[in-house]
Amino acid sequence: MTVYERPVHLLWWLERRSYLLFVLRELSSVFVAWTVVYLLLLVNAVSDGPASYQRFLDRSGEWWMVAINVIAMLFLLLHVVTWFGLAPRAMVVKARGRRVPPRQIVAAHYFAWLVLSAIVAWLVLR
Amino acid sequence: MADEITLEVARFRPGEDTEPVLQSYQVPLREQWAVLDGLSYIKDHLDGTLSFRWSCRMGICGSCGMTVNGDPQLSCATFLTDYAPGPIRIEPLHNFPVIRDLVVDIGDFMDKLPTVKPWLVRDVHSPLEEGEYLQTPEELEDYQQYSMCINCMLCYSACPVYALDQDFVGPAAIALAQRYNLDSRDEGADERLAVLSSPEGIWSCTFVGECSAACPKGVDPAGAIQRYKLTAATQAIKGLLMPRSRR
Ligand code: SF4
Ligand code: FES
Repeated sequence: MTVYERPVHLLWWLERRSYLLFVLRELSSVFVAWTVVYLLLLVNAVSDGPASYQRFLDRSGEWWMVAINVIAMLFLLLHVVTWFGLAPRAMVVKARGRRVPPRQIVAAHYFAWLVLSAIVAWLVLR
Repeated sequence: MADEITLEVARFRPGEDTEPVLQSYQVPLREQWAVLDGLSYIKDHLDGTLSFRWSCRMGICGSCGMTVNGDPQLSCATFLTDYAPGPIRIEPLHNFPVIRDLVVDIGDFMDKLPTVKPWLVRDVHSPLEEGEYLQTPEELEDYQQYSMCINCMLCYSACPVYALDQDFVGPAAIALAQRYNLDSRDEGADERLAVLSSPEGIWSCTFVGECSAACPKGVDPAGAIQRYKLTAATQAIKGLLMPRSRR
């Protein structure tokens, strides 16, 4: 029997908005990884003493480094917002026999984010 | 309102065509007509050689899935007037081999479905005299949404992961596995684990979410898969921490 199989186009992810958003979200993982590496470099620079920390700051102030980090931040935001938005689909939480409404699960995630950020801010700025 | 609408229907005649070609037909535009009625009109009055599948005409049998203007749809539940003034492009479901015109080969899905054992599995069946296995409304609610699946495969057609990797067990099969896993009468979760948590199972899914957008029955297969990821991950961790306990 001869059948027809539709070939998958190289640019299939441009076919629909949701596919594009999905590919961008996948891509955001690269920037999440970059942010982790950047933080490790920071910690390394701090532990190597003031001179190395200053060098790290100088390099971070270069335009291209700022550009990378701004892009990374945008992707990180995309990652977080989409991830939190999806959380209630994966988590079915029951309290006193009733299903916790999805909106409350999302809210709890944002609340946890806020608390963690406040703790980090307090540690850094104190 | 115009009284006719153009349907551009993908025709594929095996042995004659190397790929589908669009053929246009004018059909009456009636308010209560679904795309499927338009196709039946073509078959009855214009061109008897057009092939397509259907049965119930009421969104229950799941056999009339097609790609309508690029989106996977049940052709019996998609109305002509929603696309007026047209034209409406009608193609076979994507991601399945086309046998003829709008008829696709669903063998792959049919082969995958039984691998997740979508039926009640019991270690021991209680004797008939004891009556039914009772269930509370809350227990029913746990899985009811997943039990609405009509095997229409629109979710497979919408899924880019399935398009790229045909070994993926796929949205509906996993949602149906969850339908039984979450059923209080079922004891087969362990038997379904191997297939579901294999690389072709839940971990192939990258949560594009298009399956749930396409589903005409509100099953939310994407949600089912993510829920199972959480379950499988928790079980794997439990297994590491307490290797001797089962479940
Ligand atoms: S999950 Fe929805 S789209 Fe997929 S086969 Fe079932 S009813 Fe159809
Ligand atoms: S004909 Fe049965 S679902 Fe459309």
